[in-house]
Amino acid sequence: MKTLGYYPGCSLSGGGIELDLSVRAIAKVAGVELREIEDWNCCGASAAHSLDHSLAVALPFRVLALAESQGLSEVLAPCAACFSRLKGTQVRLTRSPELGQRMQELVERPYNGTVRILNINEFVASLLAEGLAGKFTRKLGLKVVAYYGCLLSRGEDIVTSDDAEDPQGMAAAIRVAGCEVLPWNSSNECCGGGFSMSKTGSVLDLSQAILDEARAVGADLVVTGCPMCHSNLDMRQLELLKRRRVPGALPILYLSELLGLAAGLEPGALGLGRHFIESRQLVRGGA
Amino acid sequence: MTMSEKRESPLAKAVRETSGVVLAECYQCGKCTAGCPMARYMDLTPNQIMRLAQAGDDAALERLLSCEALWYCVGCLTCAQRCPRQLDPAAVMDVLREMAHRRRKIPAAARKILAFHKAFLATVEWGGRMAEIPLVLRYKMNSGDFLSDVFLGPVMLAKRKLPLLPHRIRGRAEIRRIFATCRKGTRP
Ligand code: SF4
Ligand code: SF4
Repeated sequence: MKTLGYYPGCSLSGGGIELDLSVRAIAKVAGVELREIEDWNCCGASAAHSLDHSLAVALPFRVLALAESQGLSEVLAPCAACFSRLKGTQVRLTRSPELGQRMQELVERPYNGTVRILNINEFVASLLAEGLAGKFTRKLGLKVVAYYGCLLSRGEDIVTSDDAEDPQGMAAAIRVAGCEVLPWNSSNECCGGGFSMSKTGSVLDLSQAILDEARAVGADLVVTGCPMCHSNLDMRQLELLKRRRVPGALPILYLSELLGLAAGLEPGALGLGRHFIESRQLVRGGA
Repeated sequence: MTMSEKRESPLAKAVRETSGVVLAECYQCGKCTAGCPMARYMDLTPNQIMRLAQAGDDAALERLLSCEALWYCVGCLTCAQRCPRQLDPAAVMDVLREMAHRRRKIPAAARKILAFHKAFLATVEWGGRMAEIPLVLRYKMNSGDFLSDVFLGPVMLAKRKLPLLPHRIRGRAEIRRIFATCRKGTRP
């Protein structure tokens, strides 16, 4: 059985728990063991980045150092923000040995720069390469828009596996899950990110534009890999519905949930029952 | 050392040393602003921030440190991705925001955003990981924003999206030490 390091990150034990459940579920189907980094800490997300440039590197540095000392050479970070922070730190350390030296002193842990960080799209691509599609039993037949948002598309040295202006890293997986990938213009637009509570108006405006376009091209659902995008498009859709800014509910699924459904898993076990916008009807009849 | 480095202002030097961005290289094409999802809410747009930072005099610095826009950057990476000069306006805004924060120059409109960042980091400093319930409670205390989203907490608990007890890591003393060192450390 192949083993992969696992960094769930904070949001995956809270609001983004469906991503954790569904990632673990498809890894199990594919026969990949996810080994959680012991005693991992928060990557600092945009809060550390906004207020303290040293802390913004020191927190991910401790995670990388822990992974290395625990013998994990490849680590999956399903949360797009964690991925961007961890990989961004890794890239900066490679570029600047001086920064690495400073961080070893600050964090008081050695790190030789050996850890490779994977995002959810890269993880899914590796599962497909190992034959995950052979385990698919359920024909979904849905019309999907693939939504990458910012942190699964941008960062020249961070999202090295995809094109920033025309990301395609989810498309193959959605197709083998028996769905159609619709072309649209919002695949890498921003949903408002971490401003859900502190500048809600901007999240509502930006998320509405994304939902509007998804509906206009005829999508049955939006598929994403990012817990912030999910929360903004799913939870904040309630507010948009209440204010009649969108005409009807549009389900938002994680890529890993879609693949779990294709593999015949129960919607509830993947976390579909925990979304704010009901999505379980997508597989009714097909189950 | 190039000519432009010799003549650079103290601000340009601080920006270059912390972010790697050489402000003089911006030729004001405006592409950063054109793609910025938050530009419509900003009192100064990303390219205007670059221009004022190039000026670098006291009046420009005053204007920069007191603007709301620094706080409205959501970190979407669009500006850096698209800049034809390979500059990173958001990284410049990070340097300026840190300066503004240290000098306590926080515009009223940005206080909720700062309160959120601080509440987030407080939970990480306490237990090593962000914890949503303490984060939201602390944010509400600090921002005075008591009324919004009161219905979401119970719904999230009902949907089993929130753990009742936050997890504290074993290395939390180490995390607190890292926070303390960073607080003391050199800042822009
Ligand atoms: S895109 Fe780059 S060169 Fe153009 S205005 Fe913005 S920072 Fe300056
Ligand atoms: S990173 Fe910040 S400044 Fe740059 S485009 Fe995004 S929101 Fe605008």
